[in-house]
Amino acid sequence: MQTQLEKNRARQRARHPDFLRTALIVLVFALPIIGILYLYSLINGSLDSIQAFGFGFLVSSKWIPNPPNGGPPILGALPAIYGSVVTTTIALLFAIPISLGIALFQSDLAPRKLRLPSIFLVELLAAVPSVVYGLWGILFLVPFMSNSVDPWLLGSLGFLPIFSGYANGLGMLTAGVILAIMIIPYGSAVMREVVTAVPRAQREACIALGGTRWETMRMAVIPYASTGIIAAVVLAMGRAIGETMAVTMVIGNVARITPSLFLPAETIPSVIANEFTEVAGNGIYLAALFELGLILFAVAFIMNLIGRLLITRLAFHGKVASDA
Amino acid sequence: MPKSIATRRLINKVFIVCSTLAFLVALVPLLSILYETLYKGFDALNFDFFTQMTPPIGGPGGGIINAIQGSLIMVAIASLIGIPIGLFAGAYLYEYPGRVANNCRLIAEVLTGVPSIVTGIVVYVVIVATFHSFSAFAGGIALSFMMIPIVAISTHESLKLVPNSIKEGGLALGVSRPKTLLYILVSTAKSGIVTGIALSVARIMGETAPLLFTALGNQFMMNSIFGPAESMTVLIYEYGTAPYQSAHVFAWGAALILLLLVLGLNIVVRIASRLKPVTPI
Repeated sequence: MQTQLEKNRARQRARHPDFLRTALIVLVFALPIIGILYLYSLINGSLDSIQAFGFGFLVSSKWIPNPPNGGPPILGALPAIYGSVVTTTIALLFAIPISLGIALFQSDLAPRKLRLPSIFLVELLAAVPSVVYGLWGILFLVPFMSNSVDPWLLGSLGFLPIFSGYANGLGMLTAGVILAIMIIPYGSAVMREVVTAVPRAQREACIALGGTRWETMRMAVIPYASTGIIAAVVLAMGRAIGETMAVTMVIGNVARITPSLFLPAETIPSVIANEFTEVAGNGIYLAALFELGLILFAVAFIMNLIGRLLITRLAFHGKVASDA
Repeated sequence: MPKSIATRRLINKVFIVCSTLAFLVALVPLLSILYETLYKGFDALNFDFFTQMTPPIGGPGGGIINAIQGSLIMVAIASLIGIPIGLFAGAYLYEYPGRVANNCRLIAEVLTGVPSIVTGIVVYVVIVATFHSFSAFAGGIALSFMMIPIVAISTHESLKLVPNSIKEGGLALGVSRPKTLLYILVSTAKSGIVTGIALSVARIMGETAPLLFTALGNQFMMNSIFGPAESMTVLIYEYGTAPYQSAHVFAWGAALILLLLVLGLNIVVRIASRLKPVTPI
């Protein structure tokens, strides 16, 4: 025997067959669909270039979209890949120590009252749009580098090939510096999360043994959080490689491989940003830009996957340790 | 030989000073950007700046009304698409934990790390090439692709913070699962969810790369969302890299307005949530 209440419920359920549930299931698939859309468009768009240049695309250093003799375009991604690797390396050299310093400052060292405001200020740095960094870069940082930093490096370390050439401002060093500034907030935020997740007992044990703060960090906190710190570096690296606007505005955009950090160069995203609207019916050229996009997508995908999996592993590790 | 106490204390002091310096060093660019933008952007501001359309690059006078219009409309399109999908996807991740949810969450995280220029060329293929026209609509779609994973992750994180007892309380009173989710969980996690949405709006408002090949740019007001549109960010890029002093002043002015909107939204949201740190996305 059904009661009236149960009858009503059954009728309601028949009328609204769990609308919300259906909506949830349908809409969560937006995420994988977007992912597949990226993969499909990029692979489909770059097929011509993959067929024309094959593996040589990655190792050829010639980038001649419209040869003067009217022949087919000769396109190689090496200058862009080289520029991306160099600028990202410069960025990480600056960003890793500074981010770790900020993370430890915010998690352990700053007076309690200053912690939240200090996190807030660094978050504001993350909120500044990339194109505003670029504007500041080209109109403030570039003149500053070419008038102050570059001449000084030329004078003192000019015998090194990486500091050869002339002070120019537009180049890989400036791009690396601006990238460092842009990834510090993200890197330090991820590092702060993993450092804060280190159990209190870990810190207290070292302090109880008479360790100073530095020794606590070096012997108890950093080793425990090392997986997470590496993950933060990998994730920040993924961001640095894909950063487009600010780099495009300060790197000078010249397809060339040069040891000098002062000279204009290009990165994978800067080539796409600069040349995509100029392809005008040149099919292979367009496909080559898509292939650059595919490379960028693949690299960012792998970096994020590695970073996320490392963090997940760390979360598991932390859970086990706190349960024990 | 073990180090003396004095040496250890000294090393400790050096460490604390270095760490504090790292924090202060990071603030230098922030202050410099704020100072430069306020100082140089202020010169550009006048009545025309908010009421006229953009002049040709390097030309005299004009304003950024078409860029403001384009930016606001594209952010609105992106929000209309991105917020509901992101919200529901985030709610799914929370409500049905399991293999599907784990994988979708991982995909969302990876998508937030995809360079925004890649989003630009993907939407170029999907929308612009299909309809043979650059458009504000395509720009809005590109921005929504960036927004969906961000909103999904921040919604998921906010829901996870709701104590289990509240959820169980609802279920124990005989409230159905969907209603518990909608009326109890979401309303408890409301402030976190709203924070996440507001921050994602601020984030996409500052995006340039996805708009370069989708909305393109437009010197005039846009008549239809299916035609090209100017945006504040693309304007800053084009005028900032042009070799004219007057164009630079213009770019600083637009950057000032953009910073006021983006940082203003960030500051309001953060202060409303009492500076609680958010998950880095």
